[in-house]
Amino acid sequence: MATEPTLAVLTGGEAVAEAMRQVDPDVVPVYPITPQTPIIQTFSKFVADGRAQTEIVNVESEHSAMSAAIGSALAGARTMTATSSQGLALMAEVVYIAAAMRAPIVMALGNRALSGPINIHCDHSDSMLVRDSGAIQFFAENAQEAYDLTLMAPRIAEHPDVLLPVLVCQDGFTITHSAEPVELVPDRRARRFVRDYTIPFPLLDVKAPATHGPFAMPDYYYEVRYQQVAAMSAALAVFDEVAEAYAKISGRYYHVVEPYELEDADRAIVCLGSTAGTIKDAIDAMRADGERVGLLELRSFRPLPVDALREALGDVDEVAVLDRADSPGGRPPLYAELAAVLADTGVRLQSFVYGLGGRELHPEDVPGLFAALQDPRSGPAYVGLRGESWPA
Amino acid sequence: MSELSAWRDLRAGGTVLPGEAAQPRTGGWRTGVKPEVDLSACVNCLLCWLYCPDTAVRVDDATFVGFDHDYCKGCELCAAVCPTGAITMVRDGD
Repeated sequence: MATEPTLAVLTGGEAVAEAMRQVDPDVVPVYPITPQTPIIQTFSKFVADGRAQTEIVNVESEHSAMSAAIGSALAGARTMTATSSQGLALMAEVVYIAAAMRAPIVMALGNRALSGPINIHCDHSDSMLVRDSGAIQFFAENAQEAYDLTLMAPRIAEHPDVLLPVLVCQDGFTITHSAEPVELVPDRRARRFVRDYTIPFPLLDVKAPATHGPFAMPDYYYEVRYQQVAAMSAALAVFDEVAEAYAKISGRYYHVVEPYELEDADRAIVCLGSTAGTIKDAIDAMRADGERVGLLELRSFRPLPVDALREALGDVDEVAVLDRADSPGGRPPLYAELAAVLADTGVRLQSFVYGLGGRELHPEDVPGLFAALQDPRSGPAYVGLRGESWPA
Repeated sequence: MSELSAWRDLRAGGTVLPGEAAQPRTGGWRTGVKPEVDLSACVNCLLCWLYCPDTAVRVDDATFVGFDHDYCKGCELCAAVCPTGAITMVRDGD
């Protein structure tokens, strides 16, 4: 068994499956859906080969997958699952219940556009559908981060101050299906890091019976819901604590926000997911031409790291907020968050919608985003849309 | 538990342990009629206890001793299954 980190060429889906093998969850109830399928397909092979001891439950739908996950997580079994797009839409009802019942389920989400039109490629509309569910959402930039966040997720989900589902969001195809070098933590070190699964009052502890998910009338519903707000706040501190411990075993230190060339930037982009990688390259080129541009990559969308965002962006003049999802008739979700968080800072914001249904954003598009900040508009600019909107 | 707890004093997710839930007095839902028993006609078969969907039939060490109307919803099952006619439904409030 390897005691040194292994460098392997893996797709994001394969890397996440490796992390799941190392976590070796007790139960994985799951239903296949593109682009998540490579995750569960690779993991199923590990189980079939005896490299993980997990009970895989082949359920008949994602609604059932999340329902079974709640039962097993609360029974006292570490539980993971995975989905995408329509799968998450079908399980959305139960994701809310998982959060309310404080079931620390870890789920890989291969981000994919919601139908319709039916599409299999990346955007973040599935994530945004469960934005208010009480589930934590971390966004990976690449396969390495998807692997690392999957190893970190159980400890964050299961922390007694948190006890919430964690979604490890990874852009469909761009991350799930693209191969790149990924450094894997040695198995034993990863296993030790993840620790044993413990939750308060597991259902299978028949000597200490408990009622989970009781009916709550107007006199208690409000308080039980508020607990999720408190748990989300706690999760920010827990993320840092777990990230510090993870840095010790991996050498990679994660933060809830990741600034890139932001120190002296007068203009910055804020975004989620793999697009951050594209933008970093574009910023390097623009910096070489003397432009003071930067990026703030949001690793944790839920909980939203309000203080970290204000601290990182408070001195920037103009911020372009990139949403890979839209809210027809309203403001795009990430933009709406940033507008609220930075309302009293004097930072000027411009909303951009891009990349819906897998439409590519290329490095050469990025200077145009910064240029468009000179010509602010009240609503979102639609990057790459054919027809009038943007570029004009 | 008559005082309402603050969110911090509730277990995560509102989990409840045995004995903590206040017994809701389901008898408050009753409309119309309630059971009465003539204990001299009762043969203590406990069919009423078996059939009662709530906990309105009071039993002391396997002996039927009467009704707890706080938990009787007036469904009349006990009167229907009583083999001796010891249980009769009477107008509520009388």
